[in-house]
Amino acid sequence: MAKGSDLDVAYVAKLARLNLSDAETELFQRQLGHVLNYADKLRGVDVSQVEAAAHAIPIFNVFREDEPRDWFTAEEALSNAPRQANGLFIVTKVVE
Amino acid sequence: MTGKELPASNIADLQSLLRRREISPREVLDVLRARIEDVDGKIDAYLSTDFEGAVEKAEKTDVDLPLGGVPIAIKDIISVAGQPCTCASKILQGYRAPYDATVIRKLRAAGAIPLGKTNMDEFAMGSSTENSGFKLTRNPWDLSRVPGGSSGGSAAAVAADEAFAGLGTDTGGSIRQPASLSGVVGLKPTYGRVSRFGLVAFASSLDQVGPLTKTVRDAALIMNVIAGHDPQDSTCLNEPLPDYTAALGRDLRGIRLGLPKEYMIEGIDPQVKSAIDAAIAQLETLGAEIVHVSLPHTDYSTAVYYILATAEASANLARFDGVRYGHRAENPKDLLDHYGRTREEGFGAEVKRRITLGTYVLSSGYYDAYYLRAQKVRELIRQDFAKAFERVDALISPTSPVPAFKIGERTEDPLQMYLADIFTNPANLAGICGISVPCGLAEIEGHRLPIGLQLLGKALDEARILQIAHAYEQSTDWHKARPPIAASMQNG
Repeated sequence: MAKGSDLDVAYVAKLARLNLSDAETELFQRQLGHVLNYADKLRGVDVSQVEAAAHAIPIFNVFREDEPRDWFTAEEALSNAPRQANGLFIVTKVVE
Repeated sequence: MTGKELPASNIADLQSLLRRREISPREVLDVLRARIEDVDGKIDAYLSTDFEGAVEKAEKTDVDLPLGGVPIAIKDIISVAGQPCTCASKILQGYRAPYDATVIRKLRAAGAIPLGKTNMDEFAMGSSTENSGFKLTRNPWDLSRVPGGSSGGSAAAVAADEAFAGLGTDTGGSIRQPASLSGVVGLKPTYGRVSRFGLVAFASSLDQVGPLTKTVRDAALIMNVIAGHDPQDSTCLNEPLPDYTAALGRDLRGIRLGLPKEYMIEGIDPQVKSAIDAAIAQLETLGAEIVHVSLPHTDYSTAVYYILATAEASANLARFDGVRYGHRAENPKDLLDHYGRTREEGFGAEVKRRITLGTYVLSSGYYDAYYLRAQKVRELIRQDFAKAFERVDALISPTSPVPAFKIGERTEDPLQMYLADIFTNPANLAGICGISVPCGLAEIEGHRLPIGLQLLGKALDEARILQIAHAYEQSTDWHKARPPIAASMQNG
């Protein structure tokens, strides 16, 4: 397992689309380093014969008919929009 | 006593009054409203209330329904149509849920009245409710201490007689630990027993909705309403639904209770230790047999939990991007600036910390070492419980190693805060059910502070742990102990 010191908070925050102040970056670097050092204890477990458990109680293949039903109106769907116009979300420009 | 007295302390007693027409649902709301206005300035359990909507519902409700006329406090992570649902996060300030969660729909159908939304750690990330983006909730037993978390608002509201019962969510102990620290009953159902539809997701493989109540019977009454299959949650189990009140009152002869040796760690407060020892002796007196068991991978659970929960959170919280709802940064210069600043401005420190950790453990080069390995150890933890439940009906432990801690005492060191969950998070990893029930009072600095006994049951065995918790509760007076700020009538 990688050492906690491998963590580069500034890089990871970019991956997470999360701006951090310099002070937060420095603080998280230290605090999460401690957490990852604590998590290093998992290196001591023999997992060679173990299948990963994504869920404690697995349920497989939950299907339903793909049929239209009443759900939100456009107005309801837009009711919490930070910006909207003409029944659409106004978003930040993506393409130059 | 302070201010208005509630006509009854718990749901069962309130229902007797309602059904004998000694009080109307409207009168219940009026007295509860006065009570909240009187004491919530000191406790700060609620983020929002909806008395007008509640009164409208109360005037139409049928008190003979399973929860007819019973007001319920709802953790602010569960959608109640038309009401705020902020998850105690500034990123959702002003957001109103456009629909009811399935648990709310079921509560309404049973005649219950969602009364208000309670404070919590932001997005349920925390064990003290100090991570709320809006306010601190105080422990009704000692206002200088935390109520526990993350469902601290619901726990404090119930403890301070600002609610007859509340709903919380439990991802690593967030119902049971605040129940323990605030002196109320808290049940975490089996993963999949209760629908998560309409619950804002934190860690989807761990989250469950459950009740916080004054008594074990009340927890059973709420489970009878909220549990059951929901086609809108594909992880919700399609299994028969028992009457959770049916087993209450049965004695404990023939019941085998397991004492996991790994839970008897150093670092348990001596007053917690002696309360648990006394509770074990009491359970033996009631006819239960105590068996020593081992859960060998217990020591790994907190590491596994914080890797998996943060990984899932980093993915779930990607939806808070300032596009369709919630906060959006002003005048972004491009899309990256829009995302980066929206999330910087909207999220609090603990949420940022966990998104960072979760993104890291899922990132290229570290996925196998952390996330995949943690999932495998999770399987070993699940197997530990499965083996133990071959020998016993339920497991016993403290809910929390310590009584309520001081506000600010643990906020500097996230790892220390994470260790508040050591006795509770294994149940989430294994998907099993658990309950915390009051079992003592510590004396610290002139204050009495509640201690909780945790009972863990195998998957879908809620009726069994309710039965055991009820037998224990009814043989002791701990559930009758009330914080100084409480004001309900003692109806036996």
